[in-house]
Amino acid sequence: MKIVVCIKQVPGTTDAKIDPETKRIVREGISAVTNPFDVYAVEEAVRIKEKLGGEVVALSMGPPRADMVLREALSVGADSGILLSDRAFGGSDTWATGYALANAIKKIGGVDLVLCGKQAVDGDTAQVGPGIAAQLDWPQATYAMAITDITDSGFVVKRMHEDGWDLCDIDFPAVVTVVKDINQPRVPTLRGRLAAQKVQIPVWTAADIGAEPGKIGLDGSPTRVVKTAPPPMRHKDSLKVEGTAAECAAVIVRQLRLKSLA
Amino acid sequence: MIANTGALRGEYKNVWVVAEFLDGEVQKVTFELLGAARFLADARKSELWCVVLGDGASRAAKSLIAGGADVALVVDDPRLAKFVDENEAAALVRLIEAYKPEIVVCGATTRGRALIPRVAVTANCGLTADCTGLSIDPENGDLLQTRPAFGGNIMATIRCSNHRPQMATVRPRVMNALPPDASRKGRVVVEQLLPGDISTRKRVLEVFHDSENAVNLADARFIVSGGRGLKGPEGFALLKRLADALGGAVGASRAAVDSGWISYSHQVGQTGQTVQSTVYVACGISGQIQHLVGMQSCDYIIAIDKSPDTPMMQLADLAVVGDLYEVIPEMLRELAAT
Repeated sequence: MKIVVCIKQVPGTTDAKIDPETKRIVREGISAVTNPFDVYAVEEAVRIKEKLGGEVVALSMGPPRADMVLREALSVGADSGILLSDRAFGGSDTWATGYALANAIKKIGGVDLVLCGKQAVDGDTAQVGPGIAAQLDWPQATYAMAITDITDSGFVVKRMHEDGWDLCDIDFPAVVTVVKDINQPRVPTLRGRLAAQKVQIPVWTAADIGAEPGKIGLDGSPTRVVKTAPPPMRHKDSLKVEGTAAECAAVIVRQLRLKSLA
Repeated sequence: MIANTGALRGEYKNVWVVAEFLDGEVQKVTFELLGAARFLADARKSELWCVVLGDGASRAAKSLIAGGADVALVVDDPRLAKFVDENEAAALVRLIEAYKPEIVVCGATTRGRALIPRVAVTANCGLTADCTGLSIDPENGDLLQTRPAFGGNIMATIRCSNHRPQMATVRPRVMNALPPDASRKGRVVVEQLLPGDISTRKRVLEVFHDSENAVNLADARFIVSGGRGLKGPEGFALLKRLADALGGAVGASRAAVDSGWISYSHQVGQTGQTVQSTVYVACGISGQIQHLVGMQSCDYIIAIDKSPDTPMMQLADLAVVGDLYEVIPEMLRELAAT
């Protein structure tokens, strides 16, 4: 079983605070971390390997310092890491990112399963996982809560939906994006962390993966961000209520009625 | 498809909404999208088409036209009864290539967000996720797509000038449906599912709908959400009574989910769902940043907590200092009394 886990380095949120004026979250001097959903994807890949044998390759696209997230994956059981890093990838949207990752997966070769987090918490698009599947023309399962019944030819996956779930039987090779419910990730050991620091992480450029220049980076991206703006301000006139339970309840119900909810 | 000249772009016209059709029912988000897309089609002086794929989809055509569509494009096939992304994507790509719509939008639901990226990549066009605003650039007719990123801290406006169709998924509950008008006239175009659309590599074995306990946070106007301050799983029974009384849904913080008090499908926040309800009542939720990014776009936030100083109480529009186990029963009494 050869599994590729795609991971992304994203800004951390632990240092973020609420701006008292705008009532929105500000992130200053933020750290970079592994996208939270990808941690579950790494754990799932390692669990499958531990059960059935094989290897787990962690794959990331980003600036040179994104090797940190690959080392985190190595510290919890991934066997190797590959970083796609090249100025030519800069400005890639989800189309171009999916294309680059799919090309890298083809170059890795012999891959049975690609695991991703359901979305990255910075862009929140959830488009790269299915994008990789479409580029490779492999079947996909998104919002996966469980992967079971793995055989040589395929597996069963439980997909979460708004109104319940379903079970799919999928043939390898395939792409699966996971939600948090799928497992409880292990904490890396100190020894794991130290060992991961020593691993040489190959850096692949656009040329290494045979990417066509017109399909990566800003030029290869159909979408363009033309403007960014702060979100609308929240109302500043917060109302604070103290009193008996009945008094509090009366105020809340009055507000609900104003919103025509009650 | 690449359309980097005016002549190529001119080959694409009309606005398409891809319907969400489940168990014989068109989902609410589809009518919201028809409402929003009606304005886009009018601004482009073009037609609004609604594509509906599913088992029994032809029965939906009337309601789609009443909801604002000029044309219902129907693929009705029993093999579409269950959601196989690959099959629906293949059929949609084929239809897009045949009819060349200028804009394609779909609900940003779990199914929409699985299906449409596959379509966009295969059709070689751009896609914007989870939009909360759509408009037409008066200068060149491009679709301007606005969406929150970084957990709602930035609103980004995105365009896709050189590819057609322009595609977007749209957040449920943000756009407004038109009042259904049964007298509206429209056409029905029937297309078939072709053998080439059908993937042999994926089979949906079993589908479980939990309509009784459905956790449709994305669709809810009212969400009451519980956290560590509930002190145990029984608190959620009380929240459920309040949600039921107001036709809403129950949410939860990560702390409550990780404590095993309620299932993950209720989790709001960075590793759960992002919600945008009219009212969000946070009960005993201190307001970790990871939770706030999932709910700070709700219109009106009420917090109930014994401690007045938590981040959630600061964020809230209405901060109620009190014991939720006393306040919520009083609310239920008040709601029942009138």
